[in-house]
Amino acid sequence: MSSKPFAITLDVGSSLANKTGSWRTERAVYVDRMPPCNHACPAGENIQGWLYEAEEGGDGYERAWRRLVEDNPFPAIMGRVCYHPCESACNRGQLDEAVGIHSVERFLGDEAIRRGWRLERAAEPSGKRVLVVGAGPSGLSAAYHLARLGHDVTIHESGPMAGGMMRFGIPRYRLPRDVLDAEVQRILDLGVRLELDKKVTDVESAMREGGFDAAFLAVGAHLSKRAYIPAGESAHVLDAVSLLRSMEEGEPPRLGRRVAVYGGGNTAMDVARTARRLGAEEAVVVYRRTRERMPAHDFEVEEAEEEGVLMRWLSTIKEAGDGRIVVERMQLDESGFPQPTGELEELEADSVVLALGQDTDLSLLDGVSGIEVEDGVVKVGPDMMTGHEGIFAGGDMVPDERTVTVGVGHGKRAARHIDGWLRAAPYDPGPRPELASFDMLNTWYYADAPRTEQPMLEAARRQGTFDEVVAGLDDANALFEARRCLSCGNCFSCDNCYGVCPDNAVLKLGEPGERYAIDLDYCKGCGICVAECPSGAIRMEPETI
Amino acid sequence: MPHQQIKFYQAGSFVAGNRLLPPEERSVQARMDRSNSLTSGHRACQGCGEALGARYVLDAAMRATEGKLIAANATGCLEVFSTPYPESSWRLPWIHSLFGNAPAVGTGVAAALRAKGREDVRVIAQGGDGGTVDIGFACLSGLFERGDDVLYVCYDNEAYMNTGVQRSGATPPAARTSTTKPVGPEPGNAFGQGKNVPLIAMAHEIPYVATATVAELRDLEYKVERAMEIRGPRYIHVFVPCPFGWGSASRDTIRLARLVKETGLFPVFEAVNGEVVGVSKIRRPVPVEEYLKLQRRYAHLFGDDPRDDVIARLQELADRNIRRFGLLTDAPESAGLPGHAGDAADAPPAGVEGESNLMRMLAETHRGAQ
Amino acid sequence: MLKQEEGSQAVAHAVAMCRPEVICAYPISPQTHIVEGLSDRVRRGDLSPCEFVSVESEFAAMSVAIGASAAGARAYTATASQGLLYMAEALYNASGLGLPIVMTVANRAIGAPINIWNDHSDSMSQRDSGWIQLYAESNQEALDLHVQAFKLAEELSLPVMVCVDGFILTHAFERVDLPAQEQVDAFLPAFEPRQMLDPADPVTIGAMVGPEAYFEVKYLMHAKQLDALDRIPRIASEFEEAFGRSSGGLVRGYRTEDAETIVVALGSVLGTIEDVVDELREQGVKIGALGIKCFRPYPLDEVRAALARAGRVIVLEKAWAIGVGGIVGQNVRLALSGLPVSVHDVIAGLGGRPITKRSLRALFADALADRLGPLSFLDLKRDVVERELERQTAGGRPGPHAENILKELGVVAARSH
Repeated sequence: MSSKPFAITLDVGSSLANKTGSWRTERAVYVDRMPPCNHACPAGENIQGWLYEAEEGGDGYERAWRRLVEDNPFPAIMGRVCYHPCESACNRGQLDEAVGIHSVERFLGDEAIRRGWRLERAAEPSGKRVLVVGAGPSGLSAAYHLARLGHDVTIHESGPMAGGMMRFGIPRYRLPRDVLDAEVQRILDLGVRLELDKKVTDVESAMREGGFDAAFLAVGAHLSKRAYIPAGESAHVLDAVSLLRSMEEGEPPRLGRRVAVYGGGNTAMDVARTARRLGAEEAVVVYRRTRERMPAHDFEVEEAEEEGVLMRWLSTIKEAGDGRIVVERMQLDESGFPQPTGELEELEADSVVLALGQDTDLSLLDGVSGIEVEDGVVKVGPDMMTGHEGIFAGGDMVPDERTVTVGVGHGKRAARHIDGWLRAAPYDPGPRPELASFDMLNTWYYADAPRTEQPMLEAARRQGTFDEVVAGLDDANALFEARRCLSCGNCFSCDNCYGVCPDNAVLKLGEPGERYAIDLDYCKGCGICVAECPSGAIRMEPETI
Repeated sequence: MPHQQIKFYQAGSFVAGNRLLPPEERSVQARMDRSNSLTSGHRACQGCGEALGARYVLDAAMRATEGKLIAANATGCLEVFSTPYPESSWRLPWIHSLFGNAPAVGTGVAAALRAKGREDVRVIAQGGDGGTVDIGFACLSGLFERGDDVLYVCYDNEAYMNTGVQRSGATPPAARTSTTKPVGPEPGNAFGQGKNVPLIAMAHEIPYVATATVAELRDLEYKVERAMEIRGPRYIHVFVPCPFGWGSASRDTIRLARLVKETGLFPVFEAVNGEVVGVSKIRRPVPVEEYLKLQRRYAHLFGDDPRDDVIARLQELADRNIRRFGLLTDAPESAGLPGHAGDAADAPPAGVEGESNLMRMLAETHRGAQ
Repeated sequence: MLKQEEGSQAVAHAVAMCRPEVICAYPISPQTHIVEGLSDRVRRGDLSPCEFVSVESEFAAMSVAIGASAAGARAYTATASQGLLYMAEALYNASGLGLPIVMTVANRAIGAPINIWNDHSDSMSQRDSGWIQLYAESNQEALDLHVQAFKLAEELSLPVMVCVDGFILTHAFERVDLPAQEQVDAFLPAFEPRQMLDPADPVTIGAMVGPEAYFEVKYLMHAKQLDALDRIPRIASEFEEAFGRSSGGLVRGYRTEDAETIVVALGSVLGTIEDVVDELREQGVKIGALGIKCFRPYPLDEVRAALARAGRVIVLEKAWAIGVGGIVGQNVRLALSGLPVSVHDVIAGLGGRPITKRSLRALFADALADRLGPLSFLDLKRDVVERELERQTAGGRPGPHAENILKELGVVAARSH
């Protein structure tokens, strides 16, 4: 080199001596933000996380499933019955259509059943015993997590079968029972003891007798709310819970040719659709407000309507009997409440099913100190513990939305806090990361891809059958749908930051998934990596000098 | 159940890497062993589009030639920020001679290699828009005409940035520069045809001409790779935003490059032997304001005394490009562009089994119809 | 091999024997015959491997040579006059980068007024471009200097300009001894570049250098030029040994041993001067001549030594620094500083005006009679310039001198406006 002309000819790459990082006033920092799907998931699933695995297909499906069941033991059930608030929150919805998270979840759940993927207990046995009361979604979820955390779990279930509302509230055309059974069995295979037809009437004595260190109560809400309807003797009035329960145990009731369902929730839809399947020529839902104010989900209403269920908005039932009902037309007042108009009308109805909501039977807590009950449900803290030390509760018996997923989420949360309580090491989930909102994304980089619609059982076939209405995705479609995920707020190894840095100041640390680092020796703080990160997983932070 | 074809990879080919693609189909820039032909420690401004474009081009060319590459560089920002004594940011054999002679220096290097029987070593000459469309133009035309085996790359940031943002022959109408200030009755650069060197290069009927931006990395790399497969004079014109000269945020460099194409103001196409064979279609059409308002060089068109008339004229220019190159529709209006082939950008979908076919698709995209 | 040959063809022959690998050419008179001759050789395959690049300008010609040389090829080009000026920027670049390019300048006047004939205005304008400048006296020397030039350039890693008087030499047929390929091969080793663009050993050539090192780079160029002052005589003597004839060197004296008056000149005019010197010697006048063969680097010591004992020095030069006087004269005065020698600049032969023996006889007579001032103009048409200057003094708008003078001379018909 010495023979080369002075200052005219330079060594290659010698500018590495010039640390341009000193120019910087802001630095790029990699972050993991909270994807809106995860944020919205009542079960606290890391949806983005398991979609990331599923995107790879093949072996990725099992990795995805294993990641999923860290939070929720029921992928196959969830994929069918969850109202997927994740999809309502999904940022892709602002781009084209939300990712069909539930259908990928269901695919993974079905794959797990089909391939017989099994779960292991994750932790060493703790030597602690936990009583779970109720084998519904919340109780099973808690039992599952507690078992994986190393605890000895026994479930006391008052009914003859496990599943709770998943079995007795959700019709089989929405949740085939073999799926339910398979996912429940997998929990039992972890060593969870299930004692059926064992109603707990006094929780404290049950704990004493069984030598339990803690209890999780999830008895659900199985008492149908009643409304006073003057009814003739010949009137055939049933409640929704009994009707749906009877579909699972014993003889389905005779409903007649015309069935009126009173109420506007999802249960009302389930009942009306069940009535059609039981042979009713006409099933009419009578609801006192408008469709917009109906608590039932749109898709449930749509599917019901497709199946010929009739809707009668702004109506209350004044009278029932003799193969007819009298309805009164209502009118919404300024505050949106329905007010009677005095206009009456008679409709033919062989039976009336009341689907007006359910109450909880809290008698097992009678006399337990510290328990607070409000509006018919038990108050719990953020750790799901009741006012009584060591007794936790969740699901429909605590104040929250009453859905399977919320119950599953309660079960998980309670299990983690019970574990912390038992180990005297309170569980701290840590602060929630910042939400990855749509404006943090650079959506240019995502391929245009409309949602894959799941095939539906043709409407005409549905009416006479309890076959599953919505079919699953096949492998290719599931892959497609998984790959629609924008990975909001989380790196998905696209290499963009590595590619777009004008200063080569992004270091690629390894294979996909091993991520990147900012080389602060050379990062000038231009912010291009942040602007061009598709998923909003990098943030600019001011330098503090 | 109908089979839904997999035709995309979450982020498709838009991002640099994409773990869902086989490694060999990821971009050169995604590779840990990329050559970093222009390495760290250079003194380009924050968010420099030219630094980015140069690394994109040269790394792709280095890969295509297995490292047998020599670059000749015109005077300008790229030269100044990369080679202030005693530090060089280049990692390939590189020479800077003068402002206006990079094409000729490239010719000389190529001639030497030919004389020495080292034609396995390839030559790139490169410069900014001033060095290309103005002072180096005669040498560039000579290079084209003689058929010398040189790829010339113009990094176009639309003014003389190195000397303090003076107007060049590539400065767009209405843009503010130090010599076209927003004062007087016609603020900013005058309207005119400008000097469209890609079209002039095509008029030389050289084997390969392409335009590209730093926003479409895969397209740019494809074009460089394709160019390196061809012998003879080749020309690639790369649009590289300049935060300093344009008064744009440093983070917006790639965004601006994306927008300039999506507005139609800068058509991205390729031409073989003087005939357009493929265009990159507009994916998400936007009005020119979206592009203009991010840059202070156009600030005089907005604000208290907006010049909607001028914006409308700029929109007309974009619309003309859209018609002329068929940037939106399948068929262009054939407004005098030789051999334009319509819908080249609509790549056919590949099935699941086609995961390894992305590059082929990309190639088809560019090959277009005959 | 002895041959009656045109000067340009003789140069082409010599260049071809030096095996250049890249030749770039742009046509400008009177250099064209040289590159035409080389083009023929390349096309026929006689000169191979060699790339002949027909560029679009002299600026490109030098630029192609720069690229080729930097890539390790022996590079050659030729130009003249406007062409040399058009490549001026690249000349400085080639020397600054230290690229051993060899170029023939077929000396020619510079416009305006446009003029294709010989003088030294072109090469003199680039005397400080960092190139070595060798001036040929005859066609034989023109030929020989090219062979030496490649050797010199490559030893030093500096570009060399061989200046050959346009038309007077380039287009004149003279008997020359054309060297054989084996002779040249034995004399001129293969080019081993000091720096080279090579993917196997990449370097950055042409860095931007600031106040911290620019000065030193320039000083190193100067040092190389001073180094050339040692190498040029050595190469000339090696050449003489190999080829059996003396050519080149720094200066060459002619009958200067006891001369009281010495005429200094560059290039082909030396032959005419020497004829007149011979005549005057026969008349007993102690007069001699000194040819400066290498003007850059300037052989200060050799010039001083050659002229120190003369009382009178006449510098006859074909270019001048307008507004000052002679260029060579200034350099000669520098060499003689502190010595009691009177130096007389004579500007002559501009734009191809013949320098005749008659005029030289008259000039030298004036000098010997101490009638010669410090600056004079050989065969300048005094009456023409006087009238033109008068016209200007008379007021009005004189218009361009050149046109007026041509009108005066009857070359351009008077036009009505």
